[in-house]
Amino acid sequence: MSRIVVHGLEKSYGDARVLERVSVTAEPGEFLSLVGASGCGKSTFLRILLGQEQQSGGVVVIGDRPIVPEPTPQRGIVFQRYSVFPHLTALQNLLLVEDFRSGGPFGRVFGARRRRARQEAETMLERVGLAHARDLYPASLSGGMQQRLAIAQTLLGRPQILLLDEPFGALDPGIRVEMHELLTELWNEHGMTVVMVTHDIGEAFKLGTRVLVFDKVRHDPQFPSAYGATITYDLKLDRKGRASARDVAEVAAIVGTTRLDSAIATTAS
Amino acid sequence: MLARGIGAVQAEAGANTASPPPSVPKTRLRLINARVSRGGAVLLGTLPFAAVAVAYLSASAQRLAVNANDKLLPSPAQMWSAFFDLATVPDKRSGDLILWADTYASLVRLLAGVGLATLTALLLGIAIGFIPRVRAFLLPFVTVVCVIPPLALLPILFIALGLGETAKITLIAIGVAPVMVRDIANRVMELPPELIAKAQTLGGNSWTMVLRLVLPQTMPRLITCVRLALGPAWLFLIAAEAIASTEGLGYRIFLVRRYLSMDVILPYVVWITLLAVATDWLLARLSYMVSPWAHPGSGK
Ligand SMILES: Nc1ncnc2c1ncn2[C@@H]1O[C@H](COP(=O)(O)OP(=O)(O)O)[C@@H](O)[C@H]1O
Ligand SMILES: [Mg+2]
Repeated sequence: MSRIVVHGLEKSYGDARVLERVSVTAEPGEFLSLVGASGCGKSTFLRILLGQEQQSGGVVVIGDRPIVPEPTPQRGIVFQRYSVFPHLTALQNLLLVEDFRSGGPFGRVFGARRRRARQEAETMLERVGLAHARDLYPASLSGGMQQRLAIAQTLLGRPQILLLDEPFGALDPGIRVEMHELLTELWNEHGMTVVMVTHDIGEAFKLGTRVLVFDKVRHDPQFPSAYGATITYDLKLDRKGRASARDVAEVAAIVGTTRLDSAIATTAS
Repeated sequence: MLARGIGAVQAEAGANTASPPPSVPKTRLRLINARVSRGGAVLLGTLPFAAVAVAYLSASAQRLAVNANDKLLPSPAQMWSAFFDLATVPDKRSGDLILWADTYASLVRLLAGVGLATLTALLLGIAIGFIPRVRAFLLPFVTVVCVIPPLALLPILFIALGLGETAKITLIAIGVAPVMVRDIANRVMELPPELIAKAQTLGGNSWTMVLRLVLPQTMPRLITCVRLALGPAWLFLIAAEAIASTEGLGYRIFLVRRYLSMDVILPYVVWITLLAVATDWLLARLSYMVSPWAHPGSGK
């Protein structure tokens, strides 16, 4: 397992600075929740950790080496949308992991290996409650089922670091609670480092071992995009679920959420 | 608010059980919302065909009544007999059944040309759409080639490649390939970056991603591309055959034009239309078979 060290990270798109002076160290097995106002650069930060985008300045080190500037199996990702492959059934989506990993130039495993992969995939489908949907295409799965499939697929890749970008943002509240349980279980089982972006502060405190808030500290009224966001608040929760209502309120105030009541309610429970 | 809503629904339900439901008031729906029944759709769809047929038959009957030897608007019987002869009576000189020899020659050219274009579109389109270096190298070129009118190239092709099959097949391929290449490249570039990133986190490399992600996701669009390209392909085929050929559907039409043989030309046009409709239908079926995921609500 490898720790993530981010130091002095900076990201600009042309003249617009999105992130600046972002520094954070995540120990192996930590569960980081990232919150912040919409458009402040959380997804950008995650895309840099993923290797899908490159920083404009600063360093990102994973383990003992600078980050590889392209996505690799070391880091798994679940997006809010487009997280599974629409042209493959649920089972095929999971089989694809082994196909990509050890399928050689055909991108497909055969024979005994395929049977083993199939078994593993079916076990995983069972695990996330999708056994009945194994032969359905994602288009005919509900949003919650698609995200469960996406998480299952990503975990089959056994990443050391799991990146989640508002993975439950499009789901109904009831389904969301279900997904929280599933994610917590899988995280306890696999012990990977998790970095999750969410706009739901309750979710951030409920799941994370640590809550990071992204916010702009400097403002230029003439040129709003002159300064970027940085980490303004870094709260370690001594084991999960023990955030005080004051902490939650403080974070909520920074993020400017209108859902403070629900946030406190979720964490308190 | 919610309670009131439920109350209202219950009251309505109560009213429904107590007295017979009031008949739905006939309201005039907006044009865009007025639905068409199945039978209605068939009827409406048939109407234009029927109108053309009736117009032709009456015009033809009128002309033939004035002059029984009129060649311009032959009667259905005359057309059928001419068409039937071409299909069943061997040609005196060559011994061929002309209709089938023409159809075969034309379809081979069409298939070869469109097939070549499809292969090019698949290879170049995916390479341009997926690999930034190839895109930088070839996209400007393909974009320019796209706007050259292919028929203007026809004389060049005949001069360079001779009057044989090669020139005709090349014309069809050159005529439809550039647009197909661009379309496929666009489709590949439209693939959600999330999916491409995810594939890489699962261990995909450039080649295996082409096989397992890009190719299958491009297939429905490729087939649509071919369906759309068949229209221009027929145009180029007939143009090439009209200028230099010894057999083929287009050749025949332009040959018999000299004798004003509308009794051959018209059935040939209908025949070409039928062939085009049949190929289009087959390709649509193929798309359903190859990419069932892209056609939700069809089977499964
Ligand atoms: N590819 C891009 N080009 C230009 N600007 C971008 C790009 N991606 C994101 N941005 C800008 O960066 C800012 C942060 O975006 P994002 O990271 O998606 O925010 P968040 O996920 O916190 O809502 C936004 O203002 C957005 O407009
Ligand atoms: Mg975002």
